[in-house]
Amino acid sequence: MLLGYIFWRLVWSVPFFFAASLIAFALIQAPPGDFVTSFAATLAQSGDVVDEQRLEALRERYGLDRPFLTQYLLWISGVMRGDFGISFEWQQPVSQLIWERMGLSVALALGTLMFTWAVALPLGIYSAVRKYTVSDYVLTTVGFFGLAMPNFLLALVMMYVAVVFFGADVSGLFSEEYQRAPWSWAKFVDLLKHIWLPIAILGLSSTASLMRIMRANLLDELNKPYVTTARAKGVSEFRLLMKYPVRIALNPFVSTIGWAFPQLISGAVITAFVLSLPTAGPLLLQALLSQDMFLAGAFILLLCCLSIIGMLVSDILLAFVDPRIRYR
Amino acid sequence: MTAPDTNTALPEAATEIPDVEHSSQWKLMWWAFRRHRVAVIGGVIVLTLYFVAAFAEFLAPFAPQSTSSQNVYHPPQMPRLFYDTTYDGSGFGLHVRAFSRERDPFTLQTTYVPDPDRVIFISFFAKGTPYRLWGLIPMERRLFTASNPGDRFYLFGADRLGRDMYSRVIFGTRVSMTIGLVGVALALILGVTLGGISGYLGGVTDAVIQRFVELVLALPTIPIWLGLSAALPQDWSPLTRYFAITAILSLVGWTELARVVRGRFLALRNEDFVIAARLDGATRRRVILRHMAPSMASHIIASVTLAIPLMIIAETSLSFLGLGLQPPMVSWGVLLREAQNVQSISQAPWLFIPGAAVVLGVLSLNFLGDGIRDAADPYSEVQTS
Repeated sequence: MLLGYIFWRLVWSVPFFFAASLIAFALIQAPPGDFVTSFAATLAQSGDVVDEQRLEALRERYGLDRPFLTQYLLWISGVMRGDFGISFEWQQPVSQLIWERMGLSVALALGTLMFTWAVALPLGIYSAVRKYTVSDYVLTTVGFFGLAMPNFLLALVMMYVAVVFFGADVSGLFSEEYQRAPWSWAKFVDLLKHIWLPIAILGLSSTASLMRIMRANLLDELNKPYVTTARAKGVSEFRLLMKYPVRIALNPFVSTIGWAFPQLISGAVITAFVLSLPTAGPLLLQALLSQDMFLAGAFILLLCCLSIIGMLVSDILLAFVDPRIRYR
Repeated sequence: MTAPDTNTALPEAATEIPDVEHSSQWKLMWWAFRRHRVAVIGGVIVLTLYFVAAFAEFLAPFAPQSTSSQNVYHPPQMPRLFYDTTYDGSGFGLHVRAFSRERDPFTLQTTYVPDPDRVIFISFFAKGTPYRLWGLIPMERRLFTASNPGDRFYLFGADRLGRDMYSRVIFGTRVSMTIGLVGVALALILGVTLGGISGYLGGVTDAVIQRFVELVLALPTIPIWLGLSAALPQDWSPLTRYFAITAILSLVGWTELARVVRGRFLALRNEDFVIAARLDGATRRRVILRHMAPSMASHIIASVTLAIPLMIIAETSLSFLGLGLQPPMVSWGVLLREAQNVQSISQAPWLFIPGAAVVLGVLSLNFLGDGIRDAADPYSEVQTS
């Protein structure tokens, strides 16, 4: 039964991938003029000689004079072979540019996810057990501010505080000497020294909402008869809490992890831009602004695919955790 | 995301409600809503913000675009009542202290120091620069402005062109708060139509629409927004761009509403009163509009209220990045663009004030929405905690 469910869910995601890649390609194509024109403009701006033959060759290669669907097929078959086209701004194949940035984005999202869980779950439990006390109200208020404050605004405030009160520059992920250095242990330590602030900033709003959900879930469970039974039998409060109600209240979190992860990656775009992190976000933004369309398209496609995989993982986890789903 | 709740319902209030059996549903909801004190406060703030949005021209002391090269990054001034100066004498009246500009001889940096000799008087309903209310009615009087027409004062400071931040935040309120409303209205049309069809017809139609909703939900919102807004032609007029941006925001935002509507339809479809109406020979249109829609209205209002803040944040983010609205249009996000680099915010921290406006607007809309959602089902004995 479960295997059948997973099979059908996998089959279903194939058309999703194609729809997502179509959308990504349509976004590339949407701005007026084809990208060779903007490429020629970029070249002319930097003072290079615009070689008509080369432009013609580019048009030929990407089939720009052919209909939309043919162009899409050319692009997507290139992507299948790992060829994402070339970035006009960087004069490099897109595939050389994106992977390190995507890697850092994934690392940042993973860190944020762990931070969020480590902070939100204990606070949510505490807030539910101490319902309507001063600390509950304080946590609730902080939580609401966390939800109402856009991440990028918090990042700006943090940068302001760091510069004005500590004289420190908190942007970026590496110190100057490691920026172009190859990966080493020292560089990794340097990364850890810088990454905590973006993690805390990105984590605040999801921490706030997770805390509220955990609190609400646990409050629903705490009134159930089995809790009273356990208490009547003399189980200690802490053991009682951890053994049954918390486990049940955790179910929704396990199943949303696949969904939360890609959300974090694409949600970090604006904050990463403010803090000038060397992750996918700022490069995507720059690519969009300068109409570097193959680069932008590659990022959008990858982010879409990550989201779809995330949904898939969530659904399968949910089917594991909650058997009722499989029979629907 | 499940939006959190406020938990401010007073437990003993249930006994105070008079005549529960004979009151209409809306009356019951109003009573349930009133018990949420935080939600009521949120509602009052939201109404105030929309009032400010409606009468922005009248409430702003200066025109939002009027620059003043003398007052670049002028610091905020506090309104005061008693004054005692050498030049303007002493007495009682609403005023702010004047600042004079000084240039550091070494760093050449401009600093503003309070000028003990002069004050700038503020008067209510005084004549300022002429304007047209809603672009139609020519007017001159403003709620308050400088008594002496040549004077300028800066309650929230000035930006890099010496424009008054207070007036700009007021005008930003108009654009930011309405972009949420217009965007939600578009999303509502899409969501209610598709969700309604999906929930009422069921079967294959439902399955197709649901797969479509899932696809839209699966797409990462921020990159799609960025891509779509980057594709907008640069030479569009500000107003066209405003509607294009709202359309982009609602293209992504309608799915949540569609799900709420479908869920309610599925729940209501087999209720006794709906079956009775159908057996009575009512047309499908009448069953939906006359019998089902009213009992869904409260849930829809709640979802709409909770969707507006998301739209506001989205618009702010897009405009902040330079992909959303463009100057001369003024929104909170456009204003926050001024705060993009560390140099300007360390020199002029008051550039953060539009951010405070965003937090205030979003927070009060969230509280209001939570209150409405909890009150939406007045017949339920236990409020969800």
